Amino acid sequence: MPELTPALIYGVTGIAVFAIGLVGALCAQDRLRRVLALKLCSVGAGFILVVAAWRDPPDAPDPVPHALVITGIVVMVSATAVALALIRRLQSLEAEDDA
Amino acid sequence: MTDPVLVFDLLLAAAVVALAVASLSVRDLFMAIVLFITFGLLSALAWVRLSAPDVALAEAAIGTGVTGALLLKTLHHLRYVTGTLDRDPPPSVTPATPVPAPVIWANAAFCGLITLGLAAAFLGAPQAGPGFDPLVAEALPASGVEHPVTAVLLNFRAYDTLMEGVVLLAAVIAVWQIERGLSDAPAPALGEIFDGFARLTLPAIVVVGTYLLWKGAEAPGGAFQGGAVLAAVGLLLLLSRLYVPQPAHRGVARWAFVLGTGVFAGVALLVAGGGRVAFEYPAEHAKTLILLIEALVTISIAVTLAALFHGREPVALPSSGGKKDA
Repeated sequence: MPELTPALIYGVTGIAVFAIGLVGALCAQDRLRRVLALKLCSVGAGFILVVAAWRDPPDAPDPVPHALVITGIVVMVSATAVALALIRRLQSLEAEDDA
Repeated sequence: MTDPVLVFDLLLAAAVVALAVASLSVRDLFMAIVLFITFGLLSALAWVRLSAPDVALAEAAIGTGVTGALLLKTLHHLRYVTGTLDRDPPPSVTPATPVPAPVIWANAAFCGLITLGLAAAFLGAPQAGPGFDPLVAEALPASGVEHPVTAVLLNFRAYDTLMEGVVLLAAVIAVWQIERGLSDAPAPALGEIFDGFARLTLPAIVVVGTYLLWKGAEAPGGAFQGGAVLAAVGLLLLLSRLYVPQPAHRGVARWAFVLGTGVFAGVALLVAGGGRVAFEYPAEHAKTLILLIEALVTISIAVTLAALFHGREPVALPSSGGKKDA
């Protein structure tokens, strides 16, 4: 049994969140919810990277994974914005077809 | 098990996982988004516990704040085009064809396998193995800034950050193309409380955003966090109709989008001469150059995020939009 540290706790959290997001992305039928699920996956991956950068004692963590996660967050918001624009467009087209 | 804060960690971790499950399983989409925003804020708190304040700031401001605003805007649009805007609660989206049980089981098995593999890899890996921290600490005096994360972002791995700006640029181009000619949902009624809120918070947000940018050289903060906080100014201006984007503003908006990336690339090319490679800033000017790049990148990020929130390019239609006041 490994020692209980913040790294272990949040590492397991990250894996759990990633798994939840993966299931959601595959099983959700609503488009908006699928984007939400993929976003959960990205946060889970962020957890793992931040945990990998954690040091004991925690005063000087590894800054390179931190920079990678910040880059990832910005790339994710760009991807989310494009995905949501596609969803808005699709929904408008479908509404026009129905009318 | 001596540290009492570990109890807090366990509770926080449980809350994060529970919120993730809830945001995907709750029926009402609005509630799902609100739960997701709460999830993001608690994740940011967890990252503060893991001594990653920069990442926590970015997640809270961009990953949760801006993303949450984008999701809510999209939900508003979806309810508008499906004619369920005024119905409360809105009818939940019923799928035309439910997923067959075997497909669900196959998906679950697949996800379980991946999760097991990840867990085995994580638990098997040595904790706190050799990282880049000694290298960064050694090179930090030459970087021109005192904060290691800023040094990595703007100096040691500046290519990543430059390309990040390009990704944002690509996103805003894509959104403008996708939404071309799309009719806009009517703006939600906000009321007097919102106006008062906007008046009180707008100046404060500008100060906080600028402070984050300035502080980034020596403490947690920086261009991305500052930019996202300033983008909130744009969101508030757009929501409160204090600023309505006009077709004539498109030129300024385009310049604002490319400003950060353009100057960043320009500096890289300028310092590249005389035996140096790109991003090898001359030591005596490193801090000035980094602060200049950060300031302009902040402006670009703020304008781009606000434009991503607004969506459509402000073309000559009855109501139009596209960028925040630069």
